[in-house]
Amino acid sequence: MTGKTRLLPFLLLAVSAAVACSHKPPATQPAATPGPNQDSINAENARRDSIARADAARRDSIARAQADADKLRNAKDAATKALTQVIYFDFDSDALKDDARSSLDAKIGIMNANPGVRLRVAGNTDERGSDEYNLALGQRRAAAAKRYLTDHGIAGDRIDIISYGEERPVATGHDESSWSQNRRDEFEITAGADQIKGAP
Amino acid sequence: MQLTQRLITCAALTACLGVPARATAQQQDTTRGVRIGLTYQPGTKPGVVVFPVSGAGGDSLQAIVSRDFDYGDRIEVIGGDAVQETARQQAAKNAVDFTIWKSLSAAAVVQISVTGSTAHVNVYDVSAKKVAASHDVPVSGAPNTEDWRMSVHAMADQIEQWITGVHGIAATRILYVRGNRIYVIDADGFGEHPVSEPGTVLAPAWSRDGRTIAYSELVRSGWNIVIRDLATGREHSVTTTPGGLNITPAFSPDGQWLCYAHGDENGTDLYIVSASGTGAARRVTVGRGSDNVSPTFSPDGARLAFTSGRAGHPEVYTSDVDGSNVALLTPFNFGDQNYRSNPDWSPDGRLIAFQSQLDGRFQIMTITLRDQTVKQLTSEGINEDPTWAPDGRHLAFTSSRTGVKEIFVLDAESGRARQLTHDPGARLAAWSHSTSAP
Repeated sequence: MTGKTRLLPFLLLAVSAAVACSHKPPATQPAATPGPNQDSINAENARRDSIARADAARRDSIARAQADADKLRNAKDAATKALTQVIYFDFDSDALKDDARSSLDAKIGIMNANPGVRLRVAGNTDERGSDEYNLALGQRRAAAAKRYLTDHGIAGDRIDIISYGEERPVATGHDESSWSQNRRDEFEITAGADQIKGAP
Repeated sequence: MQLTQRLITCAALTACLGVPARATAQQQDTTRGVRIGLTYQPGTKPGVVVFPVSGAGGDSLQAIVSRDFDYGDRIEVIGGDAVQETARQQAAKNAVDFTIWKSLSAAAVVQISVTGSTAHVNVYDVSAKKVAASHDVPVSGAPNTEDWRMSVHAMADQIEQWITGVHGIAATRILYVRGNRIYVIDADGFGEHPVSEPGTVLAPAWSRDGRTIAYSELVRSGWNIVIRDLATGREHSVTTTPGGLNITPAFSPDGQWLCYAHGDENGTDLYIVSASGTGAARRVTVGRGSDNVSPTFSPDGARLAFTSGRAGHPEVYTSDVDGSNVALLTPFNFGDQNYRSNPDWSPDGRLIAFQSQLDGRFQIMTITLRDQTVKQLTSEGINEDPTWAPDGRHLAFTSSRTGVKEIFVLDAESGRARQLTHDPGARLAAWSHSTSAP
């Protein structure tokens, strides 16, 4: 009983306040200028700090994600570049030279890490030699690269070959500097190009 | 040269004996040949005057026949304004004054008059002062159309046979590649037009009757051989050996078979299939990983010549059509990275033309099958891919002598050359086999 009696004035106050609120805007007390309240300043600062921290954290994580993506993309770019790196031959020869072998070794690592990747090897020749015989020579050059890859464990059905003979030169001069650029195998990724990972 | 000499000796003998000339060494039918002029010597061409031609398209006809004689390299056309004026007067009076032509060293006078679709041809023997041949020859189509030109060429070839005993090669055509198309051109350089759809195309070849052609075309899976009917434009691919390389087709002389090179990961070998490109393919060469391309049939169809890299570098080999009795044809220097390729068997069977590298540049050569005597035919620029005319005397080939690739025609006997095509980048010529193009 006593408890109830003591609560009553508060209840009345609360009710009158609620009624007041519903009927007019909250009292803004324009006459009474509030003094600086250190607590509310601190609270505000803390709030702002926490937003800044959250922003920074978000920026960091975006940057990290971007860096990861860049790294992945760089790895993908590097792997793609290695897979499509051109190899070169001597005149009237399908023998794989040392740098051609290293280039093919790099391709093997990437193909092992990317079972979905397929390659098309295109054999090319310089303009010297017979147009017709050069088609066969280009075929032999493409076959030489394929044989190297399959000898090192890559499934044969992941690589197809074609010869362009002397029909698709990259350099059109009539000297050794052009010829040496044209005696080549080109590599085209025909499947799995989007998902390429670097070799481990 | 030897052959010509033999023919002339033979002709002289038969003329003395008063029996018709009969040549056995040539494939052409020369029994209708008439001997003209007592001054016909080896290496000397009989002089011939072609009279102005009356009737529709007469001027063109006279010009075409005269040019055909000139390009045939067996007849010296006696021309010039004075000669033509005299010829005009005599033609108008229809009276041939042999004294004048004899003084100009003419062996024969050719008089042609066209009525409707028939040309009447008189060939006069100047020495004997009489008509040596008189025939009606069909002329088809309106003047200066493609058909008409071809029938005039056929007439010129026939007249050449009446005068020299050897059928001319004017009524023939040549296939070649330029840019992304196969083209055909008449032997006199007229009538050029494409005969394939645009694409990466190579190595055209004629069927024996000239009605169909075969060539190789780049597709996604490799190179296909396409067979095309020239009249209808209908095409189909040879699917006997799908994928990889299918290149350098050649039809057998009896028209029954098609030989071509098929390449996969184990080298390139020759195969033979029916001329329609259907049925099973029979393998000819066993190259063991080497390249075997560019087959050409002997005229009797029993043997093949082809390019093979089996010795480590390209050389020309021969074999029976079943692949047995393989022999190296072109002799090479040991230790030398020689390069000899692209054989073409001559229509008389005695020679094979091929290309051989000299100082890094290809030149056209011939080699005799009997004793392997090699003769170099070209020296100016780079010269490749020879193809024989049906007369076994002229060759067409790719030459860079003007600075760009063009097709040239060479008289292997006199060494006289003329440029056939006049657009840069022409290559891989193939001369039709028949002397009477369809």
